[in-house]
Amino acid sequence: MDIKVLGPGCKKCHQTEAVVKEALAEVGLQVSVDHVTDAMDIASYGVFGTPAVVINGEVKSVGKIPKKEEVVAWIKAAS
Amino acid sequence: MAEQCCETGASPQGNVMILACSGGSNVGQLSNQAAVELTVEGFGKMFCLAGIGAHLSGFVRSAQDTPAMVAIDGCNVGCAKAILEHIQAPLKAYVVLTDLGIEKNKNFQLERETIEKVKAAVKEACKDLPTEASSGMVCCG
Repeated sequence: MDIKVLGPGCKKCHQTEAVVKEALAEVGLQVSVDHVTDAMDIASYGVFGTPAVVINGEVKSVGKIPKKEEVVAWIKAAS
Repeated sequence: MAEQCCETGASPQGNVMILACSGGSNVGQLSNQAAVELTVEGFGKMFCLAGIGAHLSGFVRSAQDTPAMVAIDGCNVGCAKAILEHIQAPLKAYVVLTDLGIEKNKNFQLERETIEKVKAAVKEACKDLPTEASSGMVCCG
């Protein structure tokens, strides 16, 4: 599974990364989370803002910190 | 670490997502020109309607999640509105240029007065949008 958090390194981006890691722990998966900080790389995903979460190439959330329950559902659906 | 993703320095409504139909008529191109100028002036930020229409996930999710958005259609065919309906994104503010009394034609010599009329109508349509949209919403789009 490929999981990315898009964001330039702000507080919300780090909080989003933490939520994703908590969700992975809850599901019991050991998957590395790639934090994409380069503006051009982020722009290539076509997102209007950050933080954003991308799972297996599909953007799941934009501009907000997702709830852990949401992320758990995305991970389970992608597993 | 920054509290916000980016400091945009924009106006309170500087994070409005602006979606223009950008169609092949005078009104389509008026919608595009107004969106460009409103973006340059800091009122909002033009976003790619084609990316949404192509169902690319980053564009679709952005339109679904943004707290403040305005769609500008040139005419009542309503392509921008239909694209947003396809992805089940709520239409938060909406302007149709022919409803402003602008005749649809193929004259692409856009007049300054008409462009300003469109921009004013877009601003009016946005007046009830949330102004507290996070500045973090617009970082890198």
